[in-house]
Amino acid sequence: MQVNFTPTIVAFCCNWCSYAGADLSGTNRLQYPANVKIIRIPCSCRLNPMFILRAFQRGADGVILCGCHPGDCHYTTGNYYARRRMTLLFSLLDYLGIERERTRVEWISAAEGAKFAATMAEFTETIRALGENRRLEDLRCKQM
Amino acid sequence: MQADVKTRAIQLLEEGQVDRVLGWKAGEFFYDLTPAVFTSPQQVEREFVWSSFSGPNLSKYLIAETRKPGKIAAFLKPCDTYSFQQLRKEHRLQADRVYVVAVQCPGMCDPDKVQAAAPGPISLRKEGDGFLVQTLYGEKRLTRQAALEEGCLTCKTKKMAYFDELIGQDGQDGDGSRFDQVHRLEAMTPEERFAFWQGELSRCIRCNACRNVCPACSCEKCVFDNPASGVENKAAANRFEENLFHIIRAFHVAGRCTDCGECSRVCPQHIPLHLLNRKLIEDMNRLYGPYQAGGDLEAKAPLTDFRYDDPEPDGGGRRGGAQ
Amino acid sequence: MNGFPLSRLPELMAAMAAVATVYCPLAGKFAPWTEGAVPELTGNTKLGPKDLFFPQVEDLVRFRVSGKDLEVLDTQLRQEPFVVFGVRACDCRALEILDRVFLTEPVDTFYQARRANGVVISLACQRPEETCFCGAFGIDGAEPGGDITAWQGEDTLFFRANTEKGQALLDRLPLQEAGEDGAEAAKAKTRAILQRLPLGNLSTQGFGQAENLLDLFNRPEWSELSASCLGCGACTFVCPTCQCYDIKEFDNGHEVCRYRCWDSCMYADFTLMSAGQPRPTQVERFRQRFMHKLQYFPANNGGIFGCVGCGRCLRQCPIHMNIVKVMKTLGGEDHAS
Repeated sequence: MQVNFTPTIVAFCCNWCSYAGADLSGTNRLQYPANVKIIRIPCSCRLNPMFILRAFQRGADGVILCGCHPGDCHYTTGNYYARRRMTLLFSLLDYLGIERERTRVEWISAAEGAKFAATMAEFTETIRALGENRRLEDLRCKQM
Repeated sequence: MQADVKTRAIQLLEEGQVDRVLGWKAGEFFYDLTPAVFTSPQQVEREFVWSSFSGPNLSKYLIAETRKPGKIAAFLKPCDTYSFQQLRKEHRLQADRVYVVAVQCPGMCDPDKVQAAAPGPISLRKEGDGFLVQTLYGEKRLTRQAALEEGCLTCKTKKMAYFDELIGQDGQDGDGSRFDQVHRLEAMTPEERFAFWQGELSRCIRCNACRNVCPACSCEKCVFDNPASGVENKAAANRFEENLFHIIRAFHVAGRCTDCGECSRVCPQHIPLHLLNRKLIEDMNRLYGPYQAGGDLEAKAPLTDFRYDDPEPDGGGRRGGAQ
Repeated sequence: MNGFPLSRLPELMAAMAAVATVYCPLAGKFAPWTEGAVPELTGNTKLGPKDLFFPQVEDLVRFRVSGKDLEVLDTQLRQEPFVVFGVRACDCRALEILDRVFLTEPVDTFYQARRANGVVISLACQRPEETCFCGAFGIDGAEPGGDITAWQGEDTLFFRANTEKGQALLDRLPLQEAGEDGAEAAKAKTRAILQRLPLGNLSTQGFGQAENLLDLFNRPEWSELSASCLGCGACTFVCPTCQCYDIKEFDNGHEVCRYRCWDSCMYADFTLMSAGQPRPTQVERFRQRFMHKLQYFPANNGGIFGCVGCGRCLRQCPIHMNIVKVMKTLGGEDHAS
């Protein structure tokens, strides 16, 4: 593992809670790692498994989905479906031998700016310890 | 049973109960049967074959066939009846145009296994519990077990999901041994699993046979064929694309896959693709309660349903917050 | 004629591997030989050696964009020598067919480089399979082509160089002088089996003549033959002569790679144009594949058919529809116009 490895993290954030949570952590001047790239999605349920794989293809070392807490979904039930899908997808990736720690789901409300920052810092550290994404990499995207 | 099945096909056409019959047509050898639509009793008499090599699942053909006028009789094995019911549930076929003749299945043979064990097979007949194969290079005896399709070795069920008419006896669900291989893989370390799957998936030639034969893969246009999707790929250019195709395909049929095993049966490279589907089935059964796709027309599929206290995706089995 | 004891095959493989990378039948395909690997020399491989000369995916050129500058990065041709050992007569003919496509003007330099650097050692058939029908296309399984031809005797491997390139390789191997008798005996044995193959009497009558083209094209049987075709590419991808490819691009954000990959006439987007799909249903796509092998190709290539009778598609088609069934349905004297 490289000594100065800075992992690339892609965070898919639901528009209504987690994206607002990220916003709040910013307005509160809470620091979270700059290597976290946030992609806003209308609801955690919008996350197609393809998005996760594509993020890994294009250079992500870890992918996290942040959505409203169960019960708080702006669309009432979207995150419940997302929860089942991600549970199965992560289990399937694990079954294929892809590190379980690379993928995660966190429920972060619009009021939880601190939780957002802490989650990102902690997830970044987890991935840093894990090293670069090798098992789901696309070498064509690593040519510079 | 060959005689029963064929006689019934002829009767159905003669009596005018159906206009067409969907079955299997004889080939050049004893094993190369082709799915075919028969329109006359004479044609059935001449070409129809029901044998240990009637492996192809006919259900998917009913999508196109039921768009045509008239009624069609389809001969379906137990596995195939689940595919039929699942397609019906998804409104992909018009069930009122189909007369389902379910045929109990003794397990289908794999031509590749026969060819591997008895190179140059010319004819095959039952002998005791197994088969006697005449080959270009002499006789060879095979046990039934040695000739069976991978999927049939751990038969899912002999119980019909649906039929208008039954030939043979209705059977029972299998003993669950179909998940044994999944459990063996789960018991490995991630490194071992990764090595196992890369060894398998790297052989993929992206012929799309698994997808095109799959009764659950009935999209008009697959995302992998669509240049506008951004992930279109004709040939897997590298390891990532091999993984991508098979992960997405397995996930897309999750909750709809009936475990008919066609994907593995047709794979020219013998990739055990059914192990991906079975993993998802096993997870869904374990996490969300037993569910058999195509088993019940009313039940909600695991991925179109939820419970407030479903487990969280972290894999630790932590139950989610209930509201 | 040269010979080498079969029992010491590993030594011979090592000697060849010392000259260049050796690809030989391993686990059903042509893979690089490494110490300890045992080449499968009895049957035929599930995949032919086509991939070594015409890879499924091959980079053609790369572009890099920086600001307003466009830099073209040339892709390297394959220049290192390699040896393919154990190629059957059908696959040797298949390479000749690919040569006709890729080495005529405009020459495909990628294919040309691989052909120039590869030495093909063919191997006479030992145990033809029930699906073999190379004889229908005038191929003799006992007398394969290639740069070097090899025969398996009782205890000896016999070699004969057919080209200068082949002779150059043989000169570097520790072979002994051997008479003609051993190879002749091996040929006789192979021919005795070829005689009794179930598809041995398959006829090409009615195909390949220009005057039959429209008749064949318009035959009503195409729709029934193609009715259960799934439209997958298994037959085309295991075929040693299918040579259609598509050119695609992959953009990684700062560099574009233009590559080609095998295409299949069975696919709905094959030769897709802005005006649409010239073959709108599976009937036309299916017809295209067999018309190409049995009619268009021989009409343009002095009667040489585009099929070599290796039988791979017979084994791999998920629904067992194949060129033999097509030929038996459409061909023969009854049908010739």
